[in-house]
Amino acid sequence: MLLGLRNSFWAVFPMRAEIPGLALCALLVAGCANPPLRGTGDLGLVIERAAGRAQLVDTTHRTVIGAVAGLGDLSHASVVYSRDGRYAFVFGRDGGLTKIDLLRARVERRLVQAGNSIGGAVSQDGKLVAVANYVPGGVKVFSADTLELLADIPAVYGDGQRAKVVGLEDAPDNRFIFSLFEAGEIWLADLADPRRPVVTKFRDAGREPYDALVTPDGRYYLAGLFGEDGLALLDLWHPERGVRRILPGYGKGERRLPVYKMPHLEGWAIAGRFAFVPAVGRHEVLVVDTGTWEEAGRIAVAGQPVFVIARPDGRQVWVNFALPHNDTVQVIDTERRDIVVTLRPGQAVLHMEFTPRGEAVWISARDDDRVVVYDTANLVQVAEIPAEKPSGIFFSARAFRTGF
Amino acid sequence: MARRDDYILPHPFKLLLLTVAMAALTLAVTLAQAAGQGAGGPPAMAPGAERQKQLVQMVRHDCGSCHGLTLAGGLGPALTPAALAHQSPHYLKLAILHGRDNSPMPAWYPLLSEADAAWIAEQLLGGFPDAR
Repeated sequence: MLLGLRNSFWAVFPMRAEIPGLALCALLVAGCANPPLRGTGDLGLVIERAAGRAQLVDTTHRTVIGAVAGLGDLSHASVVYSRDGRYAFVFGRDGGLTKIDLLRARVERRLVQAGNSIGGAVSQDGKLVAVANYVPGGVKVFSADTLELLADIPAVYGDGQRAKVVGLEDAPDNRFIFSLFEAGEIWLADLADPRRPVVTKFRDAGREPYDALVTPDGRYYLAGLFGEDGLALLDLWHPERGVRRILPGYGKGERRLPVYKMPHLEGWAIAGRFAFVPAVGRHEVLVVDTGTWEEAGRIAVAGQPVFVIARPDGRQVWVNFALPHNDTVQVIDTERRDIVVTLRPGQAVLHMEFTPRGEAVWISARDDDRVVVYDTANLVQVAEIPAEKPSGIFFSARAFRTGF
Repeated sequence: MARRDDYILPHPFKLLLLTVAMAALTLAVTLAQAAGQGAGGPPAMAPGAERQKQLVQMVRHDCGSCHGLTLAGGLGPALTPAALAHQSPHYLKLAILHGRDNSPMPAWYPLLSEADAAWIAEQLLGGFPDAR
């Protein structure tokens, strides 16, 4: 690289005197080889879905410091981070898995590992990255370092059909856990030996699990159900006790509204001992007591919730909504369980991401081509960042959180 | 707080905006009537150019959440002309308006008119336009 640069320099400026030329070259080479030293803890990616690109952002200075293109179809995209916080793994709709170097703002490795994928997770030890695929339905496990394929777990059920995999999460003891949409099953894969995963299957977990989360302590896996009112709960300390259905029939037979966007549960809110979860097809956030897993209340909100996300300290829960209320964000006070403020950050609000300790939240407004930053203490907008059709926002602090 | 609906516009500017809005409305009505005459017949006239733009955006991005931006499929099936080769425009219109049983496909009639749905169905079968 050093030689190459020097050669190209002399090719471009052959007539230059040797001494100043050499000095300039040395400067150039030093500049290329050594980007300024910095940490990655305040970096993140903003997905620009239509452009197949991610903006690299700095959350301390609230600026865009780079962009990485060539990420494929990002109509549904999610990002997880390497254990050292330097690399991002981007999962694209088209089955693309891209490893991005945040410090150099460039693609480190990329492969198209399936026809259609939804998301993924990094293992507890940081060595594995797993991808949930719709087509062909299943989970593939790669080396986080080289992206070499280590294990392939086809989501085969019934008479040999393959199910779409959703809600793939990392769990303690180097396990991955995920749900099979059409099969209504939850599978727990032990990757102690990455090339020989041991899979425990929980059948009849509930109709059409659509997304899931693990609690911040990594103990419970909760899958939201689309095909019935309720949630499926698995205690990872006691998987032998099987899947338990919670909040059964929270709609009480009422006809649900048409669901114009599937709720997302990865950012599900656990605030203190209460979980705040979106009700499917209802203008409600459900409150669940995680001590008993019984319903502890409901909060009426402006529309059908998509993301219900707690500020890291758990004092606030921020909610965005499906069409036709997707210009609105509401903030819930988790102690009083009422709406503190209703905000209109822009058209088609798709995602919200808190800074690591939650003093600010970044919100993407797709149809207004911008990301809006709010101060969470006084709920005032403090910055606006242009972005082309922004969707998901993912900060590198996710590297250190189970289930992110 | 910089909320859009909090802005108070100066009086002359308001007047100007009102004039522009009225002109735009008149133009839109004229265009819609022209389009209606062109297409002819019930059930409803085809959506106007501005509405078509909104519909393209909506299908690419909101339907795209499940069917993919490229409409190659996701949680929902592919909506490319090849994938829909055996579907009639009428069936597609009904699926859009009323959703599909035993699937996450919702009924869109609260947000889309019959003419909107018919136009989307027709565009899907012919290869859907790009959002940009």
